[in-house]
Amino acid sequence: MSLKISKPSSGRQIFSSKIAAITVWTITILWTIPTFGLLVTSFRTGDAIYANGWWSAFTKPAFTLQNYREVFFGGASESLSDGILPYFVNSIVITLPATIFPIVIATMAAYGLAWVKFKGSDFIFFAIFALQIVPLQMSLVPLLQLFTGGAHIGSVTIFPALGIAGDFAGIWLPHTMFAMPLAIYLLHNFVASLPRELMEAAHVDGANHFLIFRKIVIPLSVPGIAAIAIFQFLWVWNDLLVALTFAGGTEEVAPINAKLASLVGQYGSSWTTLTAGAFITISIPLVVFFSLQRYFVRGLTAGSVK
Amino acid sequence: MEDFLPTTLSKFGSVFSAIAIFTVVLGTIFFIAGKFNGKKSKYIAIAVFVSPALILLSAGLVIPAVRTVMFSFMDADSLNFIGFDNYTWMFKDPNVAIIMRNTILWLLVTPLFTTALGLLLAVMLDRIKRESIPKSLLFMPMAISFVGASIIWKFVYEFREGDVQIGLLNAIWTFFGGEPVNWMLSKPINTFLLMIILVWTQMGFAMVILSAAIKAVPADVVEASALDGAYGFKLFRNITFPMVKTTVIVVLATQVVGALKLFDIVRTMTGGNFGTNVLANEMYSQVFVQFDQGKGSALAVVLFICVTPILIYNIRSIRRERAH
Repeated sequence: MSLKISKPSSGRQIFSSKIAAITVWTITILWTIPTFGLLVTSFRTGDAIYANGWWSAFTKPAFTLQNYREVFFGGASESLSDGILPYFVNSIVITLPATIFPIVIATMAAYGLAWVKFKGSDFIFFAIFALQIVPLQMSLVPLLQLFTGGAHIGSVTIFPALGIAGDFAGIWLPHTMFAMPLAIYLLHNFVASLPRELMEAAHVDGANHFLIFRKIVIPLSVPGIAAIAIFQFLWVWNDLLVALTFAGGTEEVAPINAKLASLVGQYGSSWTTLTAGAFITISIPLVVFFSLQRYFVRGLTAGSVK
Repeated sequence: MEDFLPTTLSKFGSVFSAIAIFTVVLGTIFFIAGKFNGKKSKYIAIAVFVSPALILLSAGLVIPAVRTVMFSFMDADSLNFIGFDNYTWMFKDPNVAIIMRNTILWLLVTPLFTTALGLLLAVMLDRIKRESIPKSLLFMPMAISFVGASIIWKFVYEFREGDVQIGLLNAIWTFFGGEPVNWMLSKPINTFLLMIILVWTQMGFAMVILSAAIKAVPADVVEASALDGAYGFKLFRNITFPMVKTTVIVVLATQVVGALKLFDIVRTMTGGNFGTNVLANEMYSQVFVQFDQGKGSALAVVLFICVTPILIYNIRSIRRERAH
C-alpha cells in the first residue's frame, strides 16, 4: 500500500488528490442526502414527520414501522384503502414476462440476422437499428386503438380486436414491442462476435440452426443477455408512460410506480404514505443495483440510447 | 383485503401460464422446424428466428408511427382531415409557446450540467483512492424511477405555510433568514428545481461512461505530455479532453434526447401546471385528458422530428467507435 502511494505521481495530476477527495466526497454526500432523508422519514411517526424536519429525528427519535404496515396492508388513506401490496404484485406480474419475452425474441432475431446469412439480412438489421429513432410517444395512441378496436380496411378485418387493453397482456405486449430495436441491436453485437469456427464446426457435425442456438449461442451469450435483461427489467419496473397508457390506474393491473405517481397529486396523501410507498417502489431496483452492480452498469450504459 | 390472496394467486397464475404457453409454443416450433433438412431448413430457420421480431416491430412501431403522422393531420377524433391546423395551432397558442420555451430550456440546461458535472467527477475520481464507494453512491439515483426521484425531491422542496419547515430547502432558506417559499408555485425557479431532479438521476450515468473513457487514455500519452511540462488544467485541456471528446458528445446527445422525452418528472411534480409544462407531457395531456388525438399526434411528430438528427448522430458515433 505504502509502495503505491510513494510512487512518483504521474502526469494525471489535474487536481491535487486532496482537493479531488474533498470535492468528490462533498458531492457524494449532497447526492445521497435526499434519498437518506426520505428513508429516515419513512420510519418516523406521522406526528414527528410534521412536527420537525427529518434531521431532528436523531435528537428526538420517534421511529415506527406503522407507515410501512399501513402502506402495505391498507388503512393509510381513502385512496389506498387496500394498501399498495396489490400494485406491488402487479409490478412483479408485469415485469417478469415483459423482460423474458422481449429478451428471448430479440436473441432469436439477433442470431437469425447474424448467423443465418440471407439476402437482405443486413438491410433488416439496419432498419431495426434505425427504428430506435421512433419515440414511444408516437406509437401509444394507434397501438391502444389496435388493442381495443382491431384494424380494418373498409369492412374487412385485417387484425382482430385483441380485447387486451386494461389486461396484463395489454402491457406485456407493448413493452415487448418497444424493447425490440435496442435489444436486437445490442444482442446482435454480442451474438455476432461469437467465434465463427465454433459455428462452422457445429454445422459440420450436423447440428442445425435450432440446436446451435440452444446449445451454443444461448450458453455463450449469458453475460450479454444478463446485462440487457437487467436493463429491460429496470426499464419496465420504473416505467410510467406505458403503464399509464395501457393499464390505467386500477388495482387489477396498475403497477406500483403508476399508483404512486397518482398518489403524489392527490389531496390528503400524507408524507407517511408517500415516503414509505416510494421506498417500497425503489427498493427492488436498489437491491438489483447493489447486488448486480457490474451487470447493471454494463446494461445501463449499453442501453442508454433507448 | 379478503380477496387479496385469491386475486394475487390468479395474477401469478396468469404470469405462469403466459410464460408456459410462450415456452411450449416456442419449443414446439423449434422441434418441428428442427426436423427439416437441406436447403429448406435455412429458410425455415430464417422465418422462425426473425419473423416474430419483425411482426412485433411493424405492429408496435412502424404502423403506429405512420398512423400517428396521419392522425396529426386529422381532427380530435381522427375522423376528418383538417390539413395543417394542428401544426398552425402550435404556433398560435400561447400555452404551446411556454411549453416550447420550457422544452428548449430543459434540453439546453440539463445535458450541459449533467455532462459537465459528470466529467468533473470522472476526472476527480481518477485521482482518489477507494473510488468505488462514492462512485456507487453517485450512480445509485440512476436505479430510481423518475416517480421515486420526484417524491424524494418533492420532500426536499416541501413548503408549509406558517409552520415548521420540514422540507430541507425551506429549512436551509429560512435558516439564512429567508421567508418560506412555495417553490413549486414560483415561476420560473420551479422549472429549474425540476431540472435538478433530472440532473440528479442522470449525472451518475455521465460520470461512469466518462470515467471509463478517461481510464482508457493511455498512460504513456499522459506521462509523455507531463514530461513536456503539461500538468493541471493544461493537461486536461490539451490531452485528456480531446481524447474523450467523442464520448462527451455521445453523453451530451443521449442527455438531449432524454430531456426531450422527459415526462415522468413533470407529470408527478406539477402535472405540467404553474408554467412548468413540457412537450412530452402536453402530448399525453392532449390525448388522454383533452381527448384530442390530432393535437397530441402533431406534438408527437414534432418530438420525433427533434429527436431524429440527434439519435442518428449518436448511433453513428457509437457505430464508429465500435468499428475501431
